[in-house]
Amino acid sequence: MLRLDGATVRFGARAVLDAVDLEVADQETVCVLGPSGSGKSTLLRAVAGLQALDAGRVLLDGADQAGVPTHRRGVGLMFQDHQLFPQRDVGGNVAFGLRMRGDGKSERAERVRELLDLVGLPGAGRRSVAALSGGEQQRVALARALAPRPRLLMLDEPLGQLDRGLRERLVVELRQLFGRLGTTVLAVTHDQGEAFALADRVVVMRDGRIAQSGTPVEVWRRPASEFVARFLGFDNVVPARVTGTVAETAWGEVPVPDGSPQGDRRLLVRPGGVRPVPAAGDAPAWTVESWTFRGSHVVVRLRPAGGPPLEAELPLRDAPEEGTETGLAFRPEDVVVLGDDTP
Amino acid sequence: MALPVAFFAVFFAWPVVSIVDRGLRPGGDWRFGRIGETLSRPDILDVLGFTAWQALASTGLTLLVALPGAYVFARFDFPGKSVLRAVVTVPFVLPTVLVGTAFLALVGRNGLTDELWGLRLDTGVWAILLAHVFFNYAVVVRTVGGLWAQLDPRQEEAARVLGASRLTAWRTVTLPALVPAVSAAALMVFLFTFTSFGVVQILGGDAYTTLEAEIYRQTARLLDLPTAAVLTLVQFAAVGAILGLHAWTVRRRETALRLVPPERTARRPRGAGQWALLGGVLLSVALLILLPLGVLVERSFAGPGGYGLGYYRALGSLDESGTFLVPPLEAIGNSLRYALAATAIAVVIGGLAAAALTRRAGRLVRGFDALLMLPLGVSAVTVGFGFLITLDEPPLDLRASWILVPLAQALVGVPFVVRTMLPVLRAVDERLREAAAVLGASPWRAWREVDLPLVRRALLIAAGFAFAVSLGEFGATVFIARPDSPTLPVAVARLLGRPGELNYGQAMALSTILMVVCAVSLLLLERLRTDRTSGEF
Repeated sequence: MLRLDGATVRFGARAVLDAVDLEVADQETVCVLGPSGSGKSTLLRAVAGLQALDAGRVLLDGADQAGVPTHRRGVGLMFQDHQLFPQRDVGGNVAFGLRMRGDGKSERAERVRELLDLVGLPGAGRRSVAALSGGEQQRVALARALAPRPRLLMLDEPLGQLDRGLRERLVVELRQLFGRLGTTVLAVTHDQGEAFALADRVVVMRDGRIAQSGTPVEVWRRPASEFVARFLGFDNVVPARVTGTVAETAWGEVPVPDGSPQGDRRLLVRPGGVRPVPAAGDAPAWTVESWTFRGSHVVVRLRPAGGPPLEAELPLRDAPEEGTETGLAFRPEDVVVLGDDTP
Repeated sequence: MALPVAFFAVFFAWPVVSIVDRGLRPGGDWRFGRIGETLSRPDILDVLGFTAWQALASTGLTLLVALPGAYVFARFDFPGKSVLRAVVTVPFVLPTVLVGTAFLALVGRNGLTDELWGLRLDTGVWAILLAHVFFNYAVVVRTVGGLWAQLDPRQEEAARVLGASRLTAWRTVTLPALVPAVSAAALMVFLFTFTSFGVVQILGGDAYTTLEAEIYRQTARLLDLPTAAVLTLVQFAAVGAILGLHAWTVRRRETALRLVPPERTARRPRGAGQWALLGGVLLSVALLILLPLGVLVERSFAGPGGYGLGYYRALGSLDESGTFLVPPLEAIGNSLRYALAATAIAVVIGGLAAAALTRRAGRLVRGFDALLMLPLGVSAVTVGFGFLITLDEPPLDLRASWILVPLAQALVGVPFVVRTMLPVLRAVDERLREAAAVLGASPWRAWREVDLPLVRRALLIAAGFAFAVSLGEFGATVFIARPDSPTLPVAVARLLGRPGELNYGQAMALSTILMVVCAVSLLLLERLRTDRTSGEF
């Protein structure tokens, strides 16, 4: 469906997109995830033809889009701040793309009605866009982008400005909607929860390059580098020397999965893979520094005799009291030997 | 709102009413029959027809030439942009008499095109139309370009992604957002050309006369006050009708726009089409604006014995003919002082009026809005003459005071301030003000904290306009400036009114100085503007 070949965009000397290769298959939902300034929005603008490439190609359905103006690319783009047209009402906004396509009046009215039903705003066609709430603007923007049936729908921070509850509900709705319509979607976001909930495949970007690509579960379980791990919110990263299935770290000896890369590496211990055991013998003792109740589990911050602190997620009944000492065991499947971190 | 209303009542309504009173009620009896008599005269009907026709043609032509210019100034970055922006504003502040003279020197008898190709345009209406475009180019570029530069380009991008071509995206998204600004600009141009005086006087000859020139002729030459009063009323009515129509269209179309800092919207031209557009606009500016100014400057140096500074030297001394009581050079100081005072008055009055108009709605306020524009439509000659006959006796005797001139000039400047401020003020999101109010800001405080930072750019543009208008104001000033303290335009007109090459050359030299004064002031304003705004981001 969509393919990027070495797509490069430079602003002055800085490469905002640096030789990006990316494919989106038909009916697939791909989420590009990255901190602000990583080039996500530029990626969408390049695909839409709003930003010229300095090198590389954009292909849609196998056809090179160089020289194809934005309005002939047949892609949809939902802007971060919606960019609804203030001088048109809701119906006028949704019908805009249909009008550009030359659809007849009754056809347009029918489609607008259908889309407003779809996004849960039936009968809102005559309302002024200035009077809409954030969530409603969101829905109108989505309806407007979907109306001309774009072959590829792109979303720029689709839920960025909404409150948390609404966001979580909308993410589910969006995913169901895209599945039902069979839409091909390329979304960008800085919110990992949103990306994981929405996407079939997640692409993590850093400084204009792709740092990792995979299904949400893959990326979550095996972050490719320290950058990805930290961006996903994992802070339990230490330098390690890996020999066989054991790594030597400031946290003592940590078991690693079979087939892990060997030598001097960095190591991620997922908070869920830590288990308290009775302090015994010469095993290092950990002090429980802080204790945060999170409902289904407790996050405990542990400090070894000498070394960086470690976070553990424990069930309530297993969590040691604040200020006490404990021993720790690690589950090897929750330990990841990270790859090279040069961007 | 009270202050602007009082200002207009005393310095506008009263003088105008007095004149009409003198014309239509000589000795205390109303003589309305005079209106019908005057309006059935074929020569007057010709004047009316021509006035309306040339104003319409000039407005259309100005929009055609200046809208691409507004786009280029709003959206493109190119070297020398701020200098060029100041340059295109210069014609606007030139005395109308001088604009006429510059075009006479360009396309008239023995003018540049006559010398080169034997081409003369001063016998037809084209010279008038071109001079009007020359004069009003800046109105469109500043009013429309000022808003255009702040429209979010992503609105157009959103339309493009939805399948609109570049042109369609502009037509469906940008154009509707620009309509209030375009109609405001068109209205100003129409009013200026409708009341055109100096240009028509010089280039029209006997064949073409506008209402304003006719009023002047009736008042100053034929001393036929009743006919002048009737014509003033006709002009009043016509202008009132146009303003009413304008207020109605604007109200129907205004929406809260999404404004962004102009620094974010301008970029270098890309591609052959954009460069060609930039080139075309630069060429039209060069031909239409720089060339007449160039000819003007050239004539100021071209003495009888070749090029030299002879005319400029003559400005520093009193000549024997008694044209002036002081050396003409003193007019520079007078003009600057008057213009600064007039700008201050116009910004305060106009700013208050615009704020009041934004905040309130209702029939009364809308009437006030239209009223504010009236000084533009009422002949400046009438205002000046009215000042003379009303403000010279108690309770308000200002004839001996220097403030009289700035007051008259501010009267003409206020509509500019209001017109420039209103579209931007109305586009400020009401919720921002509500947010400020919830946070404990009084309405005045909210205006200062929320509106002012957002509209500072428009305010500076407005101040620049008021300053420029004051510098170039001629029709009213010529009646009330005292002989020992003339302004630059008045001095130029006096010199042009005298025969002889030395006077003509001195007029050109003094005009060149006026031009430089304006250019320098506007450049300073541009500088001020970029400094302030870059400090915020």
